[in-house]
Amino acid sequence: MSNVITIEPVTRIEGHAKITIQLDEKGEVRDARFHVNEFRGFEKFCEGRLMWEMPGITSRICGICPASHLVTSAKAGDDILAIGIPETAEKLRRLMTLGQWVQSHALSFFHLSSPDFLLGFDSEPAKRNVFGLMEEHKDFIRRGIRLRKFGQEIIELLGGRRIHTPWAVAGGVREPFDEERKARLLAWIPEAKETARMALDVLKKIHEQYAHDIPNYGNFRSLYVGLVSDDGGLEYYGGALRVRDGDGNTIADKIDPRKYYEHFGERSESWSYLKFPYYKKLDYSRGMYRVGPLARINICDYIETPLAEAERRIFKAIAGDVEVMNNSFYYHYARLIEILFAVEKIEMLLNDPIILGENVRAKAMINKREGVGVCEAPRGVLFHHYWVDSDGVIKKVNMLIATAQNNLARNRTVRQLAIQYLDGKKLTDGMLNRIEAGIRCYDPCLSCSTHAVGQMPLHVQLVDAANNVVDEFTR
Amino acid sequence: MAILTLTINGEHVSGKDDESLLDIARQHDVHIPTLCHLDGLSDVGACRLCLVEVEGQSKLFPACTTKPQEGMVIRTDTERLKKYRRTIIELLASEGNHQCAVCVVNNHCELQNLAYDVDLQYVRFPYLYPKKELDATHEDFVIDRNRCVLCTRCVRVCHEVEGAHTWDIAGRGIDCTIIADMNQPWGTSASCTSCGKCVRVCPTGALFEKGQTVAEMEKQRDFLKYIVHARQKREWVAEQIEEE
Repeated sequence: MSNVITIEPVTRIEGHAKITIQLDEKGEVRDARFHVNEFRGFEKFCEGRLMWEMPGITSRICGICPASHLVTSAKAGDDILAIGIPETAEKLRRLMTLGQWVQSHALSFFHLSSPDFLLGFDSEPAKRNVFGLMEEHKDFIRRGIRLRKFGQEIIELLGGRRIHTPWAVAGGVREPFDEERKARLLAWIPEAKETARMALDVLKKIHEQYAHDIPNYGNFRSLYVGLVSDDGGLEYYGGALRVRDGDGNTIADKIDPRKYYEHFGERSESWSYLKFPYYKKLDYSRGMYRVGPLARINICDYIETPLAEAERRIFKAIAGDVEVMNNSFYYHYARLIEILFAVEKIEMLLNDPIILGENVRAKAMINKREGVGVCEAPRGVLFHHYWVDSDGVIKKVNMLIATAQNNLARNRTVRQLAIQYLDGKKLTDGMLNRIEAGIRCYDPCLSCSTHAVGQMPLHVQLVDAANNVVDEFTR
Repeated sequence: MAILTLTINGEHVSGKDDESLLDIARQHDVHIPTLCHLDGLSDVGACRLCLVEVEGQSKLFPACTTKPQEGMVIRTDTERLKKYRRTIIELLASEGNHQCAVCVVNNHCELQNLAYDVDLQYVRFPYLYPKKELDATHEDFVIDRNRCVLCTRCVRVCHEVEGAHTWDIAGRGIDCTIIADMNQPWGTSASCTSCGKCVRVCPTGALFEKGQTVAEMEKQRDFLKYIVHARQKREWVAEQIEEE
């Protein structure tokens, strides 16, 4: 008798998904899949709209990382206008991108993942959330909430509101910055830095506490892809693409992000609305790659800010001789290093006099029929690719999103965890939650990745070969 | 010209016989919602939002195109009128593509303001989304017919004020649409002077300046008052108009 276990929906992630685990006759895990069961069609309904509207429309793909879509879309617009934007505008866009990192990373670590670590994977589900943390770890979660607020405040003070600001446009940004808002943000820096360091201390204790479990959380070699600066530093806005393998070899470097499609392909599977991107130079079976914090820290040669660089060196030491961390549990560590980097870098940008410049928007008409925007969104490298006619009307859109790029690796992680924790006979909440926690390492945002809508309660079924429900679990 | 006495919402008011009921109501601070009406342009009674009840008559009259009569008794805000006005806004919202959140005139849109006025929380009718063209061929301006409510302000301002008569209406029913010249791309129009008056008078985001992004377009419509005043009274100094 072969069985299928379904976890639906997966909780404490951004979006709607289910997991199915297939068991063989002996009750051992044969396969496990992460299904994304939503569909939205942004790429289609943007056709016929104007290129200038795209940042405003595409930022609506997501309520968590709208600023990343906004900036990436504006960059695709810059490319179509074929212009260089004012230096002040670029620095301001960088500032917003980092604000987006801080708020999204803080949400992932404090609100979504830390309940598992601090309250326990097997703790009562009704309390295993941010409210449960408020009861037992009040100071910790309060500081995390405030850190997220800092990130949101950057976006609000630049763009006028926290979610779905239309502030970045093709050619630059709409409003210059000023001294008063700069001072308000600078006042946050010491607290934000302190919270990032506190979170790192907590995570290091978690590493010790769960030393036995951690090797099961997506521990396998894969490729790592992301942007690095011209001299190989951690990058989030500009630079070029680098591909590094799980043994630490850089197998492609300085790839022009505009030519992403020459290097990365997508394949569809019938059981998920989320496509499966892979590195084309290798075949589909070997082209699995990871993006996001883990990939970025793995591929960069250094971080330009001192505190984050010191942490990066510790990270590399844990990774061992190959200096590439192949365990997805360390997404959390990489994420916290990036928060620290972001806070330090925000301080640097705020203290740069250019940021107060008045010239923030270049205007031009349609000079190219095709434009690509790229940016490191919190969850990984994000591409917006638009084709327009001579008047700027969109003919075709392709968006390649971080959560999709992690799709193959995330499935493999689910399989690894299922093999480790499931015996195929009895379902418990704790074992299923461990599988969900494996998903949460990647901080998937499914509304982004499918550009889709959907709903979400939790329902798990154990189904035999004749489709009879053997065991059922609802949360 | 004669002065007439009539009743609006129970108040005795007076007005001239060549004015519309809408003019008289506004002179007496009675608010009647409008969409196709714009001071300075002729009235066509197209949107039906200014419908009022006249005592002794079973049908409703558009205030913008109805002249007063001695002793007329008018009501402007009955439950029946409120219901009709809400329905009109709902029907407009259900046709076309009125996604305020990503529109260039978000927060500066007359249709959006009317929806707030009638407390439009939801639309009871199925959305139709007819396939309409966005024309960005003009060098400076764009017409997005998906946001057009067919008020014909653009047609009237182009004909009556600019004198170019570039815009017109083609089709019937749901196929009704604003066209440039002989139904050709706006950018190829020989009559268009690129004056931009149509863009300014458009109540929604159907006509806008190229390069504008979400909520960025704010339309200044005061210019029309000055132009029309100057032309009719042969007075060309803005200060004089403001004094009046």
